[in-house]
Amino acid sequence: MRRIGTAFAAAALALATACGGSTPTQPGAPAPGQSGFVPPALQAQRAVGTGEGQVNLVAWAGYVEDGSNDPKVDWVTPFEQETGCQVNTKVAGTSDEMVTLMRTGQYDAVSASGDASLRLIAAGTVAPVNTSLIPNYADVFDGLKSKPWNSVNGVPYGVPHGRGANLLMWRTDTVKPAPDSWSVVFDPNSPYKGKVTAYDSPIYIADAAVYLMATKPDLGIKNPYALDDKQFQAAVDLLKQQKQIIGEYWSDYTKEIQAFKSGDSVVGTTWQVIVNVAKSEQAPVEAVLPKEGATGWSDTWMVAAKAAHPNCAYRWLDWIISPTANAQVAEYFGEAPSNAKACAETADPKHCETFHATDETYFSKVHYWTTPIAQCLDGRTDVTCKDYAKWTRAWTEIKG
Amino acid sequence: MTRVAAFLHRRAGVRLSLLLSAPLAWLGLAYLGALAALFVTAFYSVDTFTGELVRTFTWANFRDLVTGEVYRTIVLRSVGVALAVTVIDLVVAFPMAFAMAKLASPRARRWLVIAVLTPLWASYLVKAYAWRVMLSSGGLLGWGFGLTATVLTLAYLWLPYMILPIYAGLERLPNSMLEAAGDLGARAWRVFRTIVWPLTFPAVIAGSIFTFSLSLGDYIAVKIVGGRGQLIGNVVYDNIGAANNLPFAAAVATVPVVVMLGYLAAVRRTGALENL
Amino acid sequence: MRLSRPARLLLRLALAAGLAVIYVPLAVVLLNSVNADRTFGWPPSGLTLRWWGAAWASSGVRDALWTSVRAGLGATAIALVLGTMAAFAVQRYRFFGRQTVSLVIILPIALPGIVTGIALNNAFRTVLEPFGVGLGLFTVVVGHATFCVVTVYNNVLARLRRTGTSLEEASADLGAGPFTTFRLVTFPMMRSALLAGGLLAFALSFDEIIVTTFTAGAGVRTLPIWIFENLFRPNQAPVVNVVAAALIVASVVPIYLAQRLSSDVGAH
Repeated sequence: MRRIGTAFAAAALALATACGGSTPTQPGAPAPGQSGFVPPALQAQRAVGTGEGQVNLVAWAGYVEDGSNDPKVDWVTPFEQETGCQVNTKVAGTSDEMVTLMRTGQYDAVSASGDASLRLIAAGTVAPVNTSLIPNYADVFDGLKSKPWNSVNGVPYGVPHGRGANLLMWRTDTVKPAPDSWSVVFDPNSPYKGKVTAYDSPIYIADAAVYLMATKPDLGIKNPYALDDKQFQAAVDLLKQQKQIIGEYWSDYTKEIQAFKSGDSVVGTTWQVIVNVAKSEQAPVEAVLPKEGATGWSDTWMVAAKAAHPNCAYRWLDWIISPTANAQVAEYFGEAPSNAKACAETADPKHCETFHATDETYFSKVHYWTTPIAQCLDGRTDVTCKDYAKWTRAWTEIKG
Repeated sequence: MTRVAAFLHRRAGVRLSLLLSAPLAWLGLAYLGALAALFVTAFYSVDTFTGELVRTFTWANFRDLVTGEVYRTIVLRSVGVALAVTVIDLVVAFPMAFAMAKLASPRARRWLVIAVLTPLWASYLVKAYAWRVMLSSGGLLGWGFGLTATVLTLAYLWLPYMILPIYAGLERLPNSMLEAAGDLGARAWRVFRTIVWPLTFPAVIAGSIFTFSLSLGDYIAVKIVGGRGQLIGNVVYDNIGAANNLPFAAAVATVPVVVMLGYLAAVRRTGALENL
Repeated sequence: MRLSRPARLLLRLALAAGLAVIYVPLAVVLLNSVNADRTFGWPPSGLTLRWWGAAWASSGVRDALWTSVRAGLGATAIALVLGTMAAFAVQRYRFFGRQTVSLVIILPIALPGIVTGIALNNAFRTVLEPFGVGLGLFTVVVGHATFCVVTVYNNVLARLRRTGTSLEEASADLGAGPFTTFRLVTFPMMRSALLAGGLLAFALSFDEIIVTTFTAGAGVRTLPIWIFENLFRPNQAPVVNVVAAALIVASVVPIYLAQRLSSDVGAH
């Protein structure tokens, strides 16, 4: 019913809601900062009706906790009681897995990171989201709204869940002096050879691009997710060189903490939550947002275009960014909440401070994960950029 | 009922078709059909913009696979790892299985089989992480991560799959035959070479099919203990997710399939396929 | 075979060493389940029963265990039926393509799990979806049964080869119909082989993660999937060790029972 999209419905929608409907976009040069492609014309929902009794979610581990893993960690049961929507969750390990799972059409909503969201939008897997149906959206930090990874040409495709930066972590007992630049993980003559670690995903190519933005300005990289042939090659070469000093690539949380605790890794990329856990386990580590800036993530809850339970999905979107639930999930997962009012609800009163939740200057140095596509995301129209499939092939080649 | 029975008794062909119908429908049609469908997609491509499958015939995926030097390296590395795992498991498993089948008392034998089967119930992931803990610096072994660590971990994970068939094969081998050889003056090594090995060879091959194929398809253990290494399974897995490139993943997946089919064809004559 | 004393000693030593190699990592798992360190750092920073308490309180573990048991039983049941049928056909009849049947049955276990996984995932989505059947426990059972058939098939085949058909012929000569013969003669002969094959099938299904990843639907969480998810959750990794440790201990019971029941296996 939601996807019938007759001319009448579309027109009525455009009039009825300020920011909800998808305005059919016209081909043409996109404005800088816009995504530079035309998504399939799909309509956002116009109203939230009766719940369907259940909702199927794809999420990161720790985003949808119903107390079954730890009875004290539960923001799903109150949701189920309030809305009557039974929550079924599938945890995905990587962004790529999320995309694959959403493609199956079995799921209603997904907590997509920016390296997945545009792929989902472009393929028509997810529909625009009518934020006027989500009351808590009003309290979301402005720095997270209408960003290239969660909207296209001003049309929102989801609600922001939270955010974090990919920091540089090091062991204070071995890495001296304390680094403030990514150069420490890219230096081929590094004294830490064999003990450097990096994130195991094609999206890590953007970390190299961020470093090149600062160190090789003549490459002209403006957006680390919009790389033409030459820029891309430079980033890949840098990473191939880096591979010589890498001890291991990490992709999961437990592995990274173990490696830093045992000293198998002494310097590399990390997340704030890993730093916190490692410190609480008495590992001598510190982390910094290096002077070149960093990549980061801002996850977006999106609704499937073919959702079988759209009403419950909308209720879930509103619930997960409500101050209480948003505070709970941000603390459990270890990231900055997206709802400004959540900072008053966290169990640790300093949580928002630790995670820089309200610090827009801090986050202004963060280049959030965005899916690279052939249309350059920085607005260039005279060149073709490398899309994510090419990034993936290159990543295979970098690891060798 | 009686008439049905009588009818079936007379018609061997009907009985045979009834017996074969369900297994063949399931494995022959459904499973092989699914495989065939997968490999057809290896000749398709993906629209990089929408991520939808483009159903036009192309050799591009296979061309990339063959011309990409990195894929050759990875295939060779994966086959090497699978071979190393198989050889290690064989060397460790054979004496163990022999001692179990020929030296232990029947009562001890039962407990030994249980002892070998028990680790199969501890989760694969947990065992791999236990190896990570042991291999990490400061751990029990502290040898560090990498290809060697991957081989060791995989060899550990699949060891019971090698012991059990060899044990079963040795158990079928009559003791009287070995004793007769001994009575005729053959030394232990000669008995092994001329009787034990040839007669248990199918069982060894059966075990090796497990260890070889399980290693060839693995992509999780190498992520846990492999350091910066990657195997063919990782390439398949990465490409399924990345831009949802099922066609390229399917093309890459043909490599382990071809390797395994070659292996199966080679060992088919040994009768090993009936010893799994 | 007359082995010299040193040779016997050497073989026994090899067996002992092999078992040690098998059990040291399991001991590490057991130790880590009481390791106070949240990411099981080595050596343990202290001992705690906290994780055992957390695992006991976790309904997620119980649900996952139950899902795994159901998936395993379903897959084993299908494997028992299909494997037995195929084994009878191959052993008792001569027909064109007999060798190929063996090959087809072995293929799902001989091909890497990731190939089976993506092939089934692709097929389920294209074939079942139009009928409104989504991925769920049912598809997991189907996926597992596919590669479990071979264990039953091989055990039954080996038994049929050893027993021959004389008893069944005698039964028929004495006037029993095929169904009576099956019930009173063939099935009792097969029982321990079915048990051994079924147990192995259940074990294969119980620890399968790759095929499950690609065939499970939302909310279908087998134990390996639960473990996979929880290894990456804050504060949950140690609970995973508890579950594994408990499984190791608990698994001895079904294996022992099965071994007892099939004690005629290998009794020459």
